[in-house]
Amino acid sequence: MKFGVVVFPGSNCDHDAFHAVGHVLQKPVEFIWHQSEDLHNSDAVILPGGFSYGDYLRTGAIARFSPVMNSISKFAKDGGLVLGVCNGFQILLEAGLLPGAMMRNSGLRFICRHVHIRVEDTNSPFTNVAQKGQILKLPIAHSDGNYNCDEDTLAALEKNHQVLFRYTTPDGKDDNAGNPNGSMNNIAGICNRERNVAGLMPHPERAVESALNSEDGLVILRSMVEALVGTARATA
Amino acid sequence: MATAQTEIKVTPEIAAEHGVTRDEYARIQKILGRDPNITELGIFSVMWSEHCSYKSSKVHLKRLPTRGKVVVQGPGENAGVVDIGDGLVAAFKIESHNHPSYVEPFQGATTGVGGILRDIFTMGARPIAVLDSLRFGEIVAGKETSEEDAAKNRRILDGVIRGIAHYGNCFGVPTVGGEVAFEPCYSQNPLVNALALGIARKEDIFLAKAKGLGNPVIYVGAKTGRDGIHGASLLASAEFTEQSQQKRPNVQVGDPFTEKLLLEACLEAMKTGAIVAIQDMGAAGLTCSTCEMASRGGTGIEIDLAKVPQRETGMSPYEIMLSESQERMLLVAEKGREHEVLDVFKKWGLDSTVVGEVTTGGLLVVKDHGKVVAQIPAHPLAEEGPVYNRPIANRAPRAESDKGWFKFAPEKTDLTANFKRLLASPTVASKRWITEQYDTSVRTNTLAGPGASDAAVVRIKESEKNGVLRALALSTDGNGRWCFLNPKVGAMHAVAEAARNVAASGARPIAATNCLNFASPEKPEVMWQFSQSIDGIGEACTALATPITGGNVSFYNETLGKSIDPTPVIGILGILDDASKVLKIAFRNEGDIIVLLNGANSSGAGPHPTLPSARQREFSSSEYSKTIAGLVAGEPPAIELGAEKWLIDCLVALAAAGTIESAHDLSDGGAAVALAESCFASVPAELARPALGATVTIPENASAEYALFGESGARAIVSVSTTKLAALRATARQYGVGAHEIGKVTRDNSLRIEYKGHTVVQSDVSALRDVWANSLERIIVGK
Repeated sequence: MKFGVVVFPGSNCDHDAFHAVGHVLQKPVEFIWHQSEDLHNSDAVILPGGFSYGDYLRTGAIARFSPVMNSISKFAKDGGLVLGVCNGFQILLEAGLLPGAMMRNSGLRFICRHVHIRVEDTNSPFTNVAQKGQILKLPIAHSDGNYNCDEDTLAALEKNHQVLFRYTTPDGKDDNAGNPNGSMNNIAGICNRERNVAGLMPHPERAVESALNSEDGLVILRSMVEALVGTARATA
Repeated sequence: MATAQTEIKVTPEIAAEHGVTRDEYARIQKILGRDPNITELGIFSVMWSEHCSYKSSKVHLKRLPTRGKVVVQGPGENAGVVDIGDGLVAAFKIESHNHPSYVEPFQGATTGVGGILRDIFTMGARPIAVLDSLRFGEIVAGKETSEEDAAKNRRILDGVIRGIAHYGNCFGVPTVGGEVAFEPCYSQNPLVNALALGIARKEDIFLAKAKGLGNPVIYVGAKTGRDGIHGASLLASAEFTEQSQQKRPNVQVGDPFTEKLLLEACLEAMKTGAIVAIQDMGAAGLTCSTCEMASRGGTGIEIDLAKVPQRETGMSPYEIMLSESQERMLLVAEKGREHEVLDVFKKWGLDSTVVGEVTTGGLLVVKDHGKVVAQIPAHPLAEEGPVYNRPIANRAPRAESDKGWFKFAPEKTDLTANFKRLLASPTVASKRWITEQYDTSVRTNTLAGPGASDAAVVRIKESEKNGVLRALALSTDGNGRWCFLNPKVGAMHAVAEAARNVAASGARPIAATNCLNFASPEKPEVMWQFSQSIDGIGEACTALATPITGGNVSFYNETLGKSIDPTPVIGILGILDDASKVLKIAFRNEGDIIVLLNGANSSGAGPHPTLPSARQREFSSSEYSKTIAGLVAGEPPAIELGAEKWLIDCLVALAAAGTIESAHDLSDGGAAVALAESCFASVPAELARPALGATVTIPENASAEYALFGESGARAIVSVSTTKLAALRATARQYGVGAHEIGKVTRDNSLRIEYKGHTVVQSDVSALRDVWANSLERIIVGK
């Protein structure tokens, strides 16, 4: 199996995703330059966090026009696994691969601290290794993490169990106190209807070693590995 | 040779407007053999400004210790470089951006960060951490500060924080530490000192020496505009007057996205092997980078301004040469290999053009469309600026405080209420509200971010050997108040505190950088403060074996005659041989024993004054005295460098052996604050669980306030499990450090401090933490 980590001008967390997959999980991983339409035979693609194009215009608004996004669209349509983290999530929203939009944090400031998110659904290649209701402690670092969408979209997301992660208090309560940015319904991460494309604002790749104060991010990455192993077995 | 005709004729008045004195003008005439034209005058004025030439500080800076076993590159290049083992080096430096941050807080601070980052990656090192040492006027109205001034200071603080966050976060480097302090003297002269750290392989370090006749000189990065002209010579090299607002166009404007591209492109281009030399364009832009690279290389440089990418039309040679537009670098490539370099910058979407070439003859020749508009010998311009030995006045004897010294409260007084006031005071209170606006964990190297340990600690992934990683620790410290009271002792304390903070994280201090913030050097009293501070820094850095590898001097921090306190800020770098041994300040286990380590040993001999009046005099310089009694007077605590060194070595040894559970040095607010902070950190605030508490009895033979809040140095509070107590005692003995068991860590959410049999502080930890953690937010946001 191989992971691809896309690098846009301004991506910062590409190195972190690379380290998490390649060094901590010990899986093959390559960088994919945004100008390339070649995904290097990746089985899973990560769009990392950062400030692609300096967040000019809107976060992710310009990156979604990069040549690599054509291939990723096709890859996603064909069922390939795509994970967008933070800016990556924003890019997927702008590209229409996930529904909704990100707005400025309700506090109007950049915020970097640990949050707790609850796994809402384990029936996805991003959460299959987790327990339903499991609480993960992950860091956030963003100015624009306030997830928004229209009523119908929100209803559909909830109905179809597309909300994968929700902000909670440390002990798992649905309290606004646990929501750092004002996201609708405390949504921290979602997937598409086909469940092969996901995005979340917290950074799993920053929570993969105890030295970094949490290893909970491994749950998400290991789920992807598990899903790929499963696919490989199924097609073997 | 014919110089191009320029519109403006240089007159003595014009020279004076440029900050060039009559003597300096005569020097210019001598170097050129004629009068300068306006472009040449502009060039000299920036290169010989205080900010760029260090003309008032050079004679004193010479006295600093700059050599050491680990020093690969000392002062003189864009940053200092030290060997950190296994073929790796660290490049680090601290720099100021004070005046622009007053005029335009957001852009001033943001470009300060941008500038120091460029100084690091121009050496070939990827920046991995940023720290900020910030000083503002009071943000709460009081005796010396009106509500209007307090509101203004809050606005400045807010702009500065957002500016730092904007640049560091977008660029992708974690802002992992620093300090924020508040004193009335910084009201119209805030201090914004930014430190950056980068890592490289030793053989990949680049210097800025233009060499190779005919080698192309290449400009890369953002286009040149009119921003920041005279930022160095007029903004940073002069004090503020009523006309300060008009200096707004002198403030540079930053774009961290472009700098991120510049970083990646530069590092990639450096790998091609086609780059001979590279320097960033910071203060004095094209002027500084061209003449300095030529001067260091013993060569000349010729450029044609017509080739310089410009984002505004009709710019004159004067404007182009003096522009301080950000995010630009100048490099020299090997002739014939230009395209390897240009292709890399094209890939990253940056402008890159050949603008000139390296020559012999040592001249900086500036052409505009082929016509020479300036021609100046590079070495005299860069290195032979005026050097002043400014008059120093022995200080007038300080008037004794007319109110007398701090009066200690009677025995048995409950100090809890005063303690809460101290914890809520902006200098002591938690900086959480500030640091949560910084990305502190990008690059996944941060082992100890703001508030977790006494120093910021980042691991070095490249250093991995047999599963063990090394880490680097950094701390920035200063104390303007103490330097005001006694510049030499205050400066020594700055060095000692930074080194102690590094040691309290488990790391061995190895090198230092300094940012010297002072008022006008034309005032003999200020030069006396400066000279004394240099003496103090030199003595302390020698005793603690932390040579100065580089830094920055910022003079003219004063407005309408009102000066800042002399404020040398020291950044110290340390190495942790095993990253897993990092020490943090939080108590960890109920039942652990709390031990007060004292480098001056336990006998009471050493720096502690024994006479009551001497203690009052010393305590009058403390944070408690200022906050509770409104009194700033007396003398900082005496400092004993030997004691500081023993404590540092002891802490490093304890960390390496894994003997202790936590360590926190004593500084602002003394032992009581250190204890409280170790309790606060024991459990993250957002968890529902209460923090660990402590019950302690402070040993001392003086008043309770002195014992709890006194700030004498060479002390730290550590916690240790009962099973390792004997090992701790043995290590302390080995280093001649006193170890007093003062109490235990508890699980009852209660902090109780006893003194001479009486309870002098008793409170729920959560109540204290609420005050400490939310004070800044309540003051600034009003929440």
